[in-house]
Formats: sequence, structure tokens, C-alpha cells
Amino acid sequence: MAADSTIHCDIVSAEGEIYSGPAKMVFVPATQGEIGIAPRHAPLLTLIKSGEVRVQTPSGEELMFFVGGGALEVQPKKVTVLADTALRAKDLDEAAAIEAKKRAEEALQGKIDKLEQAEALAELARAAAQLKMLEKLRKIRG
Amino acid sequence: MPGTKEIRTKIASVKSTQKITKAMEMVAASKMRRAQDRMRLARPYAEKIRTVIGHLNQANPDYKHPFLVEREAKKVGIIVVSSDRGLCGALNTNVFKSTLMLMREWQGKGAEVSLCLLGSKGLAFFRRLGLPILASVTGLGDKPHVKDLLGSVKVMLDAYRDGGIDRLFIVNAQFVNTMTQKPTVTQLLPVLTEDASDLQEHWDYIYEPGAAEILDGVLMRYIESQVYRSSVESVACEMAARMVAMKAASDNAGNLIGDLQLIYNKARQAAITKELAEIVGGAAAV
Repeated sequence: MAADSTIHCDIVSAEGEIYSGPAKMVFVPATQGEIGIAPRHAPLLTLIKSGEVRVQTPSGEELMFFVGGGALEVQPKKVTVLADTALRAKDLDEAAAIEAKKRAEEALQGKIDKLEQAEALAELARAAAQLKMLEKLRKIRG
Repeated sequence: MPGTKEIRTKIASVKSTQKITKAMEMVAASKMRRAQDRMRLARPYAEKIRTVIGHLNQANPDYKHPFLVEREAKKVGIIVVSSDRGLCGALNTNVFKSTLMLMREWQGKGAEVSLCLLGSKGLAFFRRLGLPILASVTGLGDKPHVKDLLGSVKVMLDAYRDGGIDRLFIVNAQFVNTMTQKPTVTQLLPVLTEDASDLQEHWDYIYEPGAAEILDGVLMRYIESQVYRSSVESVACEMAARMVAMKAASDNAGNLIGDLQLIYNKARQAAITKELAEIVGGAAAV
């Protein structure tokens, strides 16, 4: 009963797959404390906090992966760790949000960037050309 | 008759431009391949999280998360994904065009529109419209990271929670193939869940701590992964568009060089003929 003594373990993050393979046991830092998942575990869904996920492979090796948090899904034959790629905490997220807002405001207030400068110069050249044209016309007429 | 020297310098300058466009084409081709790989890598996460949401939604009919509830749309938020750099054909213009169409559609229904801009081209374009810009990120580079997007996504999610927006869309270029990139509009919020009717086996998860908290965390990650996927896809599109644009530019430069070479040869021939005529004329006069 080799199939019953192992559980398939997938660790995926938004940016890629981190680990995929069979495991004898998987330890995950859930928000309520570390939990160990053996084959034929009851279906479970929980959030995990930052820490290390340990995977015991059938050959007895122990692999360690650092995750920044995320979610864990357990089915009798399958464990899936949905790992965050970034370390996150409430205040960190808040800081990132403020940063993004600030950038938008700065952009709206119009810190002149190069593109706009080029556009303004082109506008200026056009206006100058128009003025010249007008002066010429005036000379011809008057 | 233009001087032969000028034509020669012109040919040299077009040749060096062609070298640059050829190099850019090749760089874009290899970057596109890598961006496509990243797109593929992001897929399992998004699929997994989608099934979890489908399951959660079905298992808890009594609890409705605000992200799943449809409400009257008075204010609409749009995330626009554009590139940071130009020289990529009509890619950004197409994305902006479909964004403007979406905006007009909602404004026609009397909704206010606010924006979140990813990429500096979008920022340069949309700030002139005078619409509220809630957040922006520029300089994501060829490898966007989830952590660089989190701030902007959070601003939009918070706005949705507080009633600042009632719908959230994302507009980005969709990678059809190397030659075709299609601007697409996807609704992010409220989350459109598929009917999870294919989940025949009736079993439920054990939730720890509660279903509500988990749903909250999972939904937030789902939106983030969607935005990440969009920005990676947009990079792949940018590279593909640039590759095609640079290929066209190299071909045009090749044609130009051919034409110039012809003119140069004619000018040179004419100069020789003239010189000969002068010599013959001079000899005849003696």
C-alpha cells in the first residue's frame, strides 16, 4: 500500500511552483499553531503564517521551504500550500498602499517628467512657428 | 545632384539604426519567451485558488463576502495595465482605446470612474483626463513581482470595501500569439464564481479559524494573483509587440538602404561620366 503511505504535496506561489512531489508527512505553520499532515488527513482549509514548511519525503529526507504566509488546502491524498511570495503583515501592506497612493498623487500634481517636457517643447515650437507665420502675413498685408 | 559623400553617411547612419533595431528585436524575442514561461508558472496557483473559492462559495451559502455580492454600480474602478517603455507598436494605444470605451460605457450609465494605473505609459496618458487616480505603480520592469503590486491592489480593494467603488475591472493586453495581442477587459470585483456544480462529492472542509476569515484571505490573494497574471501577460505582449515592430523597422531600414545604395551608385556614375566628358572636352579644345 505504497499509495496510502504517502501524500502528494504541492507548494505553489503566484510566481511559480516551488515543490511538487510525494511526502510522508508535511508540517505547516498555520495561524493557530503548527500542524502536521499525514496521509489520509481530513479535508482542511486554513490560513498559514510566515515560517517554514517541512516536507518529509518517502526516502526519509526532510525538505524545508520558507513561506511568507498564505493558505493551506488539505484533501485526503493531496496537500496544497498556496504560498505568498512576499512577506506580509498588516502594517507592511498598509505602507505599500500609502506608497501607491502617493505616487498617483504626485503624478497628478504634475512633476514634469521627460515625456511631458518633450511634449511641451514641441508645443512651444509649434506656437513659435505660428507666430512667425502671423508676422509674415501682417507684413504682406500691411 | 546630391553629393555622394552625403549619401554615404546617410547609408551608414541607416545601417547603424538597423543594427539597433535588429538587436532590440532579438532581445525582445528572448524576453518574450521568458515572460511566457512566467505566465505558465503563475497558472497553477490561480487555478488552485479558483477551485478553493468555488468550493468555499458553495459550502457556505449563508455567508456572503462583500467581494462576492453584486451591488448597484455607481462608481467604477479600472486597473489599466500598460508598459513602461514605448517602441512596441500600437500595444498601449489599443489598451487605452478599450479603456476609454469601457469608461464611456459606464459614464453613459451615470457612473463615476476612478483609475489605478500600472506602467508609466498609462500614467502619462490618463493623467490628462483629470479623473481620480487612486493608485499607480511604474517601473515594474520585465519581471513584475507580486510584492510590487500589493500596494495598488490593496488601495483598490479598500476602496471597494468602503464603497469608494462598486465594480473593479482590469484592462490589459491579452497574449493571443506573437503577432496578435488583444486588449481585454476582465471584471475582478465582485468576483464572478463559476457554478461549482461539478463538485459532486459532498464533503466539506474543516475550517480553521472560520470560513469567513479564510474566504477573506483567499479572495484577496485571488485578486492579487489575477493582477499579477495580467501584468506578466502584459509584459509578454509588450515584448511580442516590440519584436514585431522592430522586425518591421529592420525590414524598412533594409529597403531604405537598398534605395539609397541605388541613388548613390547613380550619383557616382554620373560624376564619373561628367568627369570623363570634361576630360574629353578639354582634350578636344587643345
